[in-house]
Amino acid sequence: MSFAHTPQVALVGNPNTGKTTLFNALTGLRHKVGNYPGVTVERKVGALQAGEFQTELVDLPGIYSLAAHSPDEMVAVDTIAWAHEFTQRPADLLLVILDASNLRRNLYLYSQLLEARRPIVVALTMLDVAESTGVKVDVDKLRERLRVPVVPVHAKKGVGIQELKDTIGQHLAHIAAQGHEAHLPPAHTVHTDAVYDALAQLGESFEAAGAPAPPDFVRLRMILDEDSYLLHMVDDATAQAVRPTIASLRKLLSAQRALPAIEAHARYTWITDLLAGVVEKPEKRVETHSDRIDDIITHRVWGAVIFVLIMTAIFQAIFTWSTPLMDFIETGLPMMLGDKVRASMAPGALSSLLADGIIGGVGGVLVFVPQIFVLFLFIAILEDCGYMARAAVLVDKLMSKIGLSGTSFIPMLSGFACAIPAIMSAQTIADKKDRMATILVIPLMSCSARLPIYVLLISAFVPATYVAGFLSLQSLVLMGMYAIGLVVAIPVAFLLKRTVLKGPSPTFVMELPSYKWPDPKTVLLSAWGQAKAFLVNAGTVILAVSIVVWALAYFPRSEDRNLEFETARQEVLAQNLSEEAEEEALHEVNAAEEAANINASFLAQMGKAVEPVFSPLGWDWKLSMSVLASFPAREIIIATLGTIYSVGSDADEESEGLRHALQQSTHPDGSPVFTIPVALSVMVFFALCMQCFATLAIMKKVTGTWKWPAFAFFYMTVLAYIGALLTSRIGSLFL
Amino acid sequence: MAAAATTMSSHAQARKLSALKPGEVGVIERLRGRGYIVQRLYEMGLLEGHRVEMVRHAPFGGPVEICICDYHLSLRRDEADLVEIT
Repeated sequence: MSFAHTPQVALVGNPNTGKTTLFNALTGLRHKVGNYPGVTVERKVGALQAGEFQTELVDLPGIYSLAAHSPDEMVAVDTIAWAHEFTQRPADLLLVILDASNLRRNLYLYSQLLEARRPIVVALTMLDVAESTGVKVDVDKLRERLRVPVVPVHAKKGVGIQELKDTIGQHLAHIAAQGHEAHLPPAHTVHTDAVYDALAQLGESFEAAGAPAPPDFVRLRMILDEDSYLLHMVDDATAQAVRPTIASLRKLLSAQRALPAIEAHARYTWITDLLAGVVEKPEKRVETHSDRIDDIITHRVWGAVIFVLIMTAIFQAIFTWSTPLMDFIETGLPMMLGDKVRASMAPGALSSLLADGIIGGVGGVLVFVPQIFVLFLFIAILEDCGYMARAAVLVDKLMSKIGLSGTSFIPMLSGFACAIPAIMSAQTIADKKDRMATILVIPLMSCSARLPIYVLLISAFVPATYVAGFLSLQSLVLMGMYAIGLVVAIPVAFLLKRTVLKGPSPTFVMELPSYKWPDPKTVLLSAWGQAKAFLVNAGTVILAVSIVVWALAYFPRSEDRNLEFETARQEVLAQNLSEEAEEEALHEVNAAEEAANINASFLAQMGKAVEPVFSPLGWDWKLSMSVLASFPAREIIIATLGTIYSVGSDADEESEGLRHALQQSTHPDGSPVFTIPVALSVMVFFALCMQCFATLAIMKKVTGTWKWPAFAFFYMTVLAYIGALLTSRIGSLFL
Repeated sequence: MAAAATTMSSHAQARKLSALKPGEVGVIERLRGRGYIVQRLYEMGLLEGHRVEMVRHAPFGGPVEICICDYHLSLRRDEADLVEIT
């Protein structure tokens, strides 16, 4: 017998066990990230060459238990062995990670996995951490007791990786030859007879309803987990039919002890027996370096100081490192390319489309990729080294005041990079109302797509001076922009949790993993993955909008107007001026022509129609149109400004860039459009506004209705307008 | 004698987990309440008869950090109070 398909290996384990690092070590750079159908749980698949087999390694979400209280756990249960909705067939092999420094708790999930009746290979991680806490693990004895292959690994150093691959390969070869059944781990019967009887009864109940009974381990979850997601996965009629059975079984079983206690005691008793003689612990807990770090990091004063310092350092770095890139964007690539196109092509619509529409538009956005990469890099480092969990603890009290918990803080912080992965990571929040409130305020966090407009306007209009000698004023304003979203999110969440999402105060239970040095590969891959998503967006949505905006700004062209300016040019040439004077005169004619063209364009007509809405903010029609055009994706603003201003600029003159163009732009009366209050009001508008179709789409997917995304869109747009109005009005009183 | 008796009786009496001082160790007597959160506590290894050590109290009445089954867990006081220890 051999596999009729590519063998599938599922990587399962608790959070904080080095799962991602192991996944990367096993698959290298060859992996794909997608979504499970119908749910917003990330599906990460990599190619794993194990012995003679080319296999698919599926990285399941990190979970503590198969009890399915969140979409993550639901997907895990299905992929492991049910194969009911999210996967075609059960995994051929489970690669289970066990953290040697924390075997007891890790074996809890393992004991649930044993009931799924699939072949298992164990990767034992964190042996070095165990050793540092004085815990000795007898690996041979563990292997003997579990009676499955156990391979110690240190993924960061590459130790044990080849052996693990070989072991998986050998195991798959046996499975291919003799079938899955012949290579199952030994069955363990940890539960009482009453529980097994209940399982059988529920099985009968399914059959009586005319539906195939789900596997034992799934039925066990249906009985033991109140509010289980799994029952939603069978059709309504069947669920309706088996519900009374489940209710009576629960009542029967919980006569002596609460349901969750029954399972936990059964499993932990088994674990205690299994580990006797395998793990040797010191009498008293050894103080580790993690403890010593935590004495400072979670200290009432130092903890807060370090939190602020870390956040400040991130923003300072982004701004300082971005300066050379800003210079590059203005004198560099896009302009060079644009000029090349103009020089080598006959002037006309096509040349203008390429130079102004595409290069001026998309090019401007692309240059921000390095900064976005840097931001993601910092978030990935903080997550990988274990700081994020501490940050969640530090802010939990504060979050509880607004009706959320520290658990919501991590998705919210990821929201500073991008709302989409942030909303996805909010899926791990168990309570529906907390999850919803978190998802609704995530888009207020200043994501990386807002960074370009902040950087552009700050570098153009905020003086590059230093406060207190070393803090750059520009980066302080940048931090202020990031703070606005956070500050506004507080009353919004507070109101949501007291009105539409009223519910009990959320719970907060979070593991504090040992600190470790971040793994460069894991961190870089994570940051690159996010930057790539931004690039893909730039190549599709932004490109499309850039072309539309360009077309609206370029057309209609009139023959009469062309002729008029052509005549003017001929007149200049006929005057026999000195070369210098002639060039200057021609330049004037060209500038007048471009101004006439753009003022007659569709874009100008539309802009002038909406101008009254935005004129209270001090915005002109060009700015108003640019902002409106960036509702599909906010980073489009750079492209739109680039397009509008390069269409309106003289192509022959050496361009000094968008920053310069914005500084020079004036109202019809000659006063500058971009005063400091106007620049600030634009930034505030962007900070608060929901300009991202992708976020709305993912909200729809997560909540299952357009009601919530529509609500988010409405409240944020209103907030943005009011915020911008206040900034502009109050700012002009002082500045 | 009287002082000793008081100590004895307070030992036998269940107290809440959050009442432990940093460095103090207790044995879990029972978990109150029901539903998801209690199940999660059980799964994480907080079950009757197990030892639990208080590591630290977060500042400003924030969550408490405990050590159980060799790892550190942070939980809000409300959740910690579901756990009774002796």
